[in-house]
Amino acid sequence: MSIWARITGWVVLIFGLLYFFVPLSGLFEFSLKARRGVYSLDAYARVLADPQFQATFTYSVVMALATIAIGILIVVPTAFWVRLKMPWARPYVEFLTLLPLVIPAIVIVFGYIRLYNTSSWLPLTGSIAGTNLLLAFGYTVLALPYMYRAVDTGLRTIDVATLTEAAQSLGAGWTTILSRVILPNVVPAVLSGAFLTFAIVIGEFTLAALLDRPAFGPYLQRIGANKAYEPFALSVIAFAITWGCLALIQLVSRFSKLAPART
Amino acid sequence: MNQASPRHRPRLPLTWLGLMPFVIFVLLFLVLPTMHIVIGAFQTRDGAFTLQNIIDLNTGTIPSSYWISVKVSFASAALGCLIGFGMAAAVVFGAVPGWIKSPLMTFSGVASNFAGVPLAFAFLATFGPVGLVTLFLRQNFGIILQRDLGFNILSFWGLTITYLFFQIPLMILIIAPALEGLRREWREAAEVLGATTLQYWRMVALPILFPALLGTFALLFANAFGAVATAIALTGSSLNIVPIQLYAQIRGDVLGNPHLGYAMAFGMIVVTAIANIIYIWLRIRAERWLK
Repeated sequence: MSIWARITGWVVLIFGLLYFFVPLSGLFEFSLKARRGVYSLDAYARVLADPQFQATFTYSVVMALATIAIGILIVVPTAFWVRLKMPWARPYVEFLTLLPLVIPAIVIVFGYIRLYNTSSWLPLTGSIAGTNLLLAFGYTVLALPYMYRAVDTGLRTIDVATLTEAAQSLGAGWTTILSRVILPNVVPAVLSGAFLTFAIVIGEFTLAALLDRPAFGPYLQRIGANKAYEPFALSVIAFAITWGCLALIQLVSRFSKLAPART
Repeated sequence: MNQASPRHRPRLPLTWLGLMPFVIFVLLFLVLPTMHIVIGAFQTRDGAFTLQNIIDLNTGTIPSSYWISVKVSFASAALGCLIGFGMAAAVVFGAVPGWIKSPLMTFSGVASNFAGVPLAFAFLATFGPVGLVTLFLRQNFGIILQRDLGFNILSFWGLTITYLFFQIPLMILIIAPALEGLRREWREAAEVLGATTLQYWRMVALPILFPALLGTFALLFANAFGAVATAIALTGSSLNIVPIQLYAQIRGDVLGNPHLGYAMAFGMIVVTAIANIIYIWLRIRAERWLK
């Protein structure tokens, strides 16, 4: 490795790292400037005391948990069934789960609004509960590529057929097999999918805004238009949550690598 | 239908029932809504077949919004590929110490998922009128970004450099394994035959990497093309790109024709689908060499 290659490597790397860390520090620094002349946490205090923040944030957290629950209920049995009984269907199922990466979220929600409006056969957007449900399903769709891949990878590391047969010979039904045999064995995979889902849902904007639900993303965008420092403090909080979630994924996957022979 | 060998064929094939919850869910909340939009793009208000909506895409501000969207996506994908490739190469080929690789990959995994409203605020706080870098340049070098360099965060380049925040990490994530797949033997063989480093890259490494590079470029392009939240939070409605225009159309039918909105959405699917097909096709080709 010549000296020039080394220098070029360092220059590129440092440039890239600056590119990542300057905006983050810019954001953090700006969020501290609410009081003139000195750094303070005023913006954070104001944001945390805002009842709208509390309401929208709680709403998004509840939505994220609902999305994770729906995601697990749909993805785990499906991935399990495909591995056990229909391996030939795997490419097709995988293709379907990857579609949300191809079809932009704004197009999907556009379809929801037109397909499930008050005059349709399934008027989900007609009531608040219905719209909430639709939003949770929409988030599940957005999270599907990540959730399915995580769970499927998790299932690969265990012997699904043997575990199922063992459980069946002890008299277990499908529900018992799924909830007490398969699920506990893929907990790390499910957790990493769940954290990623959480990170996606917490800051999501497009779906919530177009379905008119009081979520955190639209709230952030709205106060961004008419407050000076608060949106920046909120962004720092959103960053911290997202990165916390993703750090937890790293932790979980490392932990599961340390204990691979638990099955 | 039934691909299993005859002796395994059950009397009543019921295994497919296990897939039903998933299939119904995907149909209801992914396939049917999308089909509704696609079909609507080819219908008149009365439901008759027409190509008029597609033709009407060529009116008003729509062509220019597609053009700006394509330019932003292209620029952010190209720069993302270039910088991401450089960073991945620096780490993989050992120009910088090896311990940097693991944290960089972790960080890339995180940052590549980070688009949205907070990202827009991060760049406003950095390159906006009173942002960190703007003030730094003004106080220390007397450079005023907007006046002296013609730079404005609420513009084409502003959006492009903001998108780069998630494009570069995505590139690093995808291209680093491909670079690791370049075998040492190929380089040694080239050197034995008297090739210079430049010749090795031009005639061996780059042709092998080319499908992976171009495929990743297509993926980055689609990634930027569909991004909505960052653009809306950053520029409001001042920059006329497709997602923003579609957003306004869904909220208030600004085009005055719902089916023209369908056609716009259909156009977005077509662009991202083409980019993704290129990605998948080239990825299959790339994997022939890089195992």
